[in-house]
Amino acid sequence: MQALYAQLLVGLINGSFYALLSLGLAVIFGMLNIINFAHGALYMMGAFVAYFLLNNDYLSIGYWPALIIAPIVVGIFGMILERTMLQWLTGLDHLYGLLLTFGIALIVQGVFQNYFGSSGLPYAIPDQLKGGMNLGFMFLPVYRGWVVVFSLIVCIATWFLIEKTRLGAYLRAATENPTLVRAFGINVPRMITLTYGLGVGLAALAGVLSAPINQVRPLMGADLIIVVFAVVVIGGMGSIMGSIITGFALGVIEGLTKYFYPEASNTVVFVLMVLVLLVKPTGLTGRAA
Amino acid sequence: MKTKSIASLLLTTALTFAATGAAFAQDKTVKIGALSDQSGLYADLGGPGSTLAAQMAVEDSGLAAKGWKIDIISGDHQNKPDIGTAIARQWFDVEKVDIIVDVPNSGVALAVNNVIKEKNGVYINSGAATSDLSNAQCSPNTVHWTYDTYMLAHTTGQALVKAGGDTWFFLTADYAFGAALERDTSAVVTANGGKVVGGVKHPLNTPDFSSFLLQAQASKAKIIGLANAGGDTTNTIKQAAEFGIGKGGQKLAALLLFLTDVKAIGLETAQGLNFTETFYWDMNDQTRAFSKRFAAKMKNSAPPTMVQAGVYAGVRHYLKALEALGGNSHDGAKIVEKMKSMPTEDDLFGKGEIQPNGRTIHNAYLFEVKKPSESKGPWDFYKLVGTVPGDQAFTPLSESKCALLKK
Repeated sequence: MQALYAQLLVGLINGSFYALLSLGLAVIFGMLNIINFAHGALYMMGAFVAYFLLNNDYLSIGYWPALIIAPIVVGIFGMILERTMLQWLTGLDHLYGLLLTFGIALIVQGVFQNYFGSSGLPYAIPDQLKGGMNLGFMFLPVYRGWVVVFSLIVCIATWFLIEKTRLGAYLRAATENPTLVRAFGINVPRMITLTYGLGVGLAALAGVLSAPINQVRPLMGADLIIVVFAVVVIGGMGSIMGSIITGFALGVIEGLTKYFYPEASNTVVFVLMVLVLLVKPTGLTGRAA
Repeated sequence: MKTKSIASLLLTTALTFAATGAAFAQDKTVKIGALSDQSGLYADLGGPGSTLAAQMAVEDSGLAAKGWKIDIISGDHQNKPDIGTAIARQWFDVEKVDIIVDVPNSGVALAVNNVIKEKNGVYINSGAATSDLSNAQCSPNTVHWTYDTYMLAHTTGQALVKAGGDTWFFLTADYAFGAALERDTSAVVTANGGKVVGGVKHPLNTPDFSSFLLQAQASKAKIIGLANAGGDTTNTIKQAAEFGIGKGGQKLAALLLFLTDVKAIGLETAQGLNFTETFYWDMNDQTRAFSKRFAAKMKNSAPPTMVQAGVYAGVRHYLKALEALGGNSHDGAKIVEKMKSMPTEDDLFGKGEIQPNGRTIHNAYLFEVKKPSESKGPWDFYKLVGTVPGDQAFTPLSESKCALLKK
């Protein structure tokens, strides 16, 4: 029984990565109508930026500032992508955005792999979060506890920003009827660019969070992105709360599978996706288009 | 008119055959295919470095100066047996490849083994671990060069059991390699009076091992044996440190660890790990000289891993055999037979031999990862703990199930 509690907690930790990543995807899909396949590559870039900040002889910027700097740097990269490439796809079928971002992901991953190989680079856990505590039923590394708490805060803040603030209201209105919103004197293209930057920044933030746990590897995003897409589909494409809740829930379900039948742990998410789509094609919390 | 043209056709055919026959005796063209994981979790330990090693072997053989024409092509099997066999078939049928080298990932390696036997090519496997390549699935066309699961089990495994690690829990990669390594190590553990208390199989290329590590922790086994490799091993070791394994009295046994893995984990976390390799760049003057030349040509200036070193040594020995035969007969089994009849010797692995079952025998070395304070350079990672002579490290012929031995 103790082992079961431990697996639940570990699942929640992985779930926080799924939630952060799928949240960014949902924001981008909900506001820009783009299926952002480059999300995994941008997550990887977040981890790499943190690595460079730390290991550069002149900078030596550690984990804490990296949590802010890396998402900004990658976010700016994302905004450049949006300005130079993605904006031309406005109004076209989803498929074009998917193909373009998939191509971008392959190029970014290829470039990183060419320079850094595939086995990855070490990134140490920051001193303040080293060690762990004995919870009785398991040994919880402090860092993992921090990941859960921090991701939850970020997820809720993002949800609040989009669903409850005036800025969020503009944004939602702009996706419904851009011409009308522009008539009120609001710069819609700039808002779209900033939104893409925000979604990308969330991916990069997850990358920095993950760097001390996983190896900083060029393919770290590629390995994760398919699962994250499944999370978004199960939660309902574009639904903010849906992706947060599903992210955490799927982490837990995956953790339990690793306990009861580990061989299936890589596929359980997709089995669930199929089941959900059979019963409710719009996803658990999605609205019909 | 008609009879005349038939006669001339017959004459031309006869001449062509005669010409082919003459060329056959002294054919000095060779095509080498380096088949590896070029982009996935094993790309750094084999991959482009293996192709480079094969190129260096060709250059160092000096055969080009003697009029030989040797080409190298490379391919990416993406760790998928179907892709690996498709490339191998295409290489033999279309590209007229003579020999395939490297092929990490035991699942792919065993599948490719069958294709090469069917096409009568030569197979020098350096990257894959499964001992089946020279045991139950041995082939007259195959030489297994660098290391195998039997050797890993009987060096690292045995040393740890003898040092008091008598209860084991396995974290096993769920494919041919992991199964072979767990099987061979379990046999060693029980033969030495130890006990396997449990294990868990994880999918290949898993980013998060915390669930599995919790199960290993709960088992209370003294040793957690890692029957995985590459990125899976580095992630396991890193996350085990995070969960306080080691401090809790349990010891990690990285049954297979490569130089590039240690680099990826960092000495801070990897220090003190015991494991076995058959090659390390910093062993002696010859290995250092070779590694320096190799690193100068590598993009990230990395010295060779034992897999890449094995590709070099294997190709060198193959070319020696071809030279001794006086030309390339394109008859794989015949060339491998010649390779087995000659003792192996090169700068990287020293003296050795290829047994009748295709297993190359050379020394194996037990290493320990240095502390960060002991390391003097970017790739100075290992301390030599012990040397196991080849005849003790690898499967004794008396235990081998290879059909080639029953002649």
